[in-house]
Amino acid sequence: MSNASRKKLLLMGRSGSGKSSMRSIIFSNYSAFDTRRLGATIDVEHSHLRFLGNMSLNLWDCGGQDVFMDNYFTQQNSHIFKMCEVLIYVFDVESKEVLKDIEIFQKTLANLAKFSKNCKIFILLHKMDLVQLDKREELFTIMMKTLINQSLKYGFQIKGFPTSIWDESLYKAWSSIVCSLIPNMEHFEKNLLKFNDIIEAEEIILFEKTTFLVISHFSSAQEHNLLTGAGASDLDPKRFEKISNIIKTYKQSVSKLRTHFQSLVLHGSFSSIFIDVLTDNMYIMIVLPNKSLESAVRDKDEELLILDNIKRARKWFEKIEGGK
Amino acid sequence: MDSHTILTPKNNKANILLMGLRRGGKSSICKVVFHNMQPLDTLYLESTSKPTTEKFHSLIDLSVMELPGQLNYFEPSYDSAKIFSQVGALVYVIDSQDEYLNALTNLSMIIEYAYKINPLIHIEVLIHKIDGLSEDYRLDTQRDIMQRTGDELLDLGLEGVQVSFYLTSIFDHSIYEAFSRIIQKLVPELPSLENMLDNLVQYSRLEKVFLFDVNSKIYVATDSSPVDIQTYEVCAEFIDITIDLDSLYENGDQARPAIKDEVKCISTLQNGVTLYLRQMIRGLALVALVRVDNEGDVYGGDKIEDEENGNYYQSCRDKNLQQSLAIIDHNVNVFKQGLEKVWEHSRIRS
Ligand SMILES: Nc1nc2c(ncn2[C@@H]2O[C@H](COP(=O)(O)OP(=O)(O)OP(=O)(O)O)[C@@H](O)[C@H]2O)c(=O)[nH]1
Ligand SMILES: Nc1nc2c(ncn2[C@@H]2O[C@H](COP(=O)(O)OP(=O)(O)O)[C@@H](O)[C@H]2O)c(=O)[nH]1
Ligand SMILES: [Mg+2]
Repeated sequence: MSNASRKKLLLMGRSGSGKSSMRSIIFSNYSAFDTRRLGATIDVEHSHLRFLGNMSLNLWDCGGQDVFMDNYFTQQNSHIFKMCEVLIYVFDVESKEVLKDIEIFQKTLANLAKFSKNCKIFILLHKMDLVQLDKREELFTIMMKTLINQSLKYGFQIKGFPTSIWDESLYKAWSSIVCSLIPNMEHFEKNLLKFNDIIEAEEIILFEKTTFLVISHFSSAQEHNLLTGAGASDLDPKRFEKISNIIKTYKQSVSKLRTHFQSLVLHGSFSSIFIDVLTDNMYIMIVLPNKSLESAVRDKDEELLILDNIKRARKWFEKIEGGK
Repeated sequence: MDSHTILTPKNNKANILLMGLRRGGKSSICKVVFHNMQPLDTLYLESTSKPTTEKFHSLIDLSVMELPGQLNYFEPSYDSAKIFSQVGALVYVIDSQDEYLNALTNLSMIIEYAYKINPLIHIEVLIHKIDGLSEDYRLDTQRDIMQRTGDELLDLGLEGVQVSFYLTSIFDHSIYEAFSRIIQKLVPELPSLENMLDNLVQYSRLEKVFLFDVNSKIYVATDSSPVDIQTYEVCAEFIDITIDLDSLYENGDQARPAIKDEVKCISTLQNGVTLYLRQMIRGLALVALVRVDNEGDVYGGDKIEDEENGNYYQSCRDKNLQQSLAIIDHNVNVFKQGLEKVWEHSRIRS
């Protein structure tokens, strides 16, 4: 495997901020409830994750107790901060020591500027569920302003997300992190467009198979709005991360029957939804509007047609995955 | 709340009386089962001081009345005799994490009274909050409570009274399972429903089928094979998954109203099991577990490693599945018509 497809991700932040909880939910099928069992991480825990075929993520979950942190900045600094592709830095929004939190973040930036100056930085303002609903946005804006200023001093542009393990916000943040690592994103989008010419869906979404994070999507409402200049579609803007969350929950549920999720077809009150394996590393979800009154009769044919089309599309997407 | 309206329900079969000492967990149970409250949120519930009633409209119209623990039922201003004569089941909640001897004395006093007024009443005891007890200790507690209740009833000369016991907690599915069983005893059509479900299982080769009340996740009927709690949980959770996914594409687009009156969701799993959900009448949903075999597969579905064979068996299974589903669809339609008839019939009668 080439070096270019092996990516080192640092997961940092002070102890108890929620790093290992997030990692376990996104990559190891924990439920939010299960994370209460986690103990403090000692030193660094490495996980190797295969992602989209030829990519391998090397996630360094760096225990956040002060003793370990001091070590990362002194003896271990080159070991920790060398050749990093991405830094994910987690702040606990309920923290009582905000100044200290920021001070440690600065030290992290200083080291990163020295050893990996092209590293992408994502900030997660975490445990948002603990903040009153109407205070969240304000808190997020103030905190991000401070952090952006700090980062600029070291020459870094940062991107921030409010997150919580108790809702879908977690999936939005991680989906964005992971997509930043995929080099041939625009190929996925182009092929979705092409695929949609055939099936005329309301929406098509691609997911990474193990994490069910959204990789790419196509929405006909969006296209339409671009043409007519109309406002945003009235579909729930959080639907993508909600789907990740729903399917993750479902995967957990069926594990009680000692098996794994394979596919789902829903003929719902508003649309028909098909979720199926696309390639070895991807799932696809297709949403079709309910068109006519005789839909019940059409259902069966439509269903077979869609499933058949998914099989055909497999080859295109396998090619992109292979990086061709 | 006007006590007259509470005390004059129509169909007395379908009334449940929820009793127990204070802080036993009665309000929590109502909120969790009938209002989808998160179990942890019950920590902030205020103590109940007045009788409250929950209405529950499903295949039968059910009402659950909670009598607060500190209420003196035998005070003349409460017409206890009337209440007890109008309920089908008395559900008594015992806090298993607390000293329960007082509760047992209270329980047998209530049983004596209830039985005198209404000998047909079902007496159901929830040994509640078992999440705090270790596995072994749960059974010991149950044995102890059953023993002591038996003794007390014997002393009162009530040895013939049937009492059922359930171990429950709001933190898992045990409370739903208990309520399912309690409510099923109050559905007069249960035998015919079970019969219909047994037929469905037999003719469609289902492994298990439940008729769920979608809101509460209580099952009002199931086929006669034993209920495995894991299967029940997965089926109940499948309802949530279906509803959650469906509601995502419910947009404000008025030009495209919901046309289908019937939601259907089918999901295949890797071990050849398929979950099948169909919306029924009256807030009910049928959820079934189907196991499709690969014809001619001698090794068992998941052991095939050879790529080509794997595809062969996969497509065999797909074909079998499509055929099975067509049969199931048809039989479920027949079942739904039957259900409509049962419901019509029960409405005329009550
Ligand atoms: N309310 C709330 N609690 C959370 C959230 N995320 C994590 N937690 C809880 O926070 C606690 C600590 O989480 P960990 O993931 O172990 O923290 P960590 O950052 O890995 O800590 P170290 O390993 O010591 O650096 C756990 O009990 C989690 O259940 C969240 O979004 N909201
Ligand atoms: N551990 C545990 N606590 C429970 C359970 N059910 C209820 N509780 C708690 O018991 C307390 C009293 O419950 P409440 O419903 O107000 O009791 P009521 O007075 O009988 O209505 C609350 O703090 C609940 O959170 C349970 O199954 N397990
Ligand atoms: Mg940790």
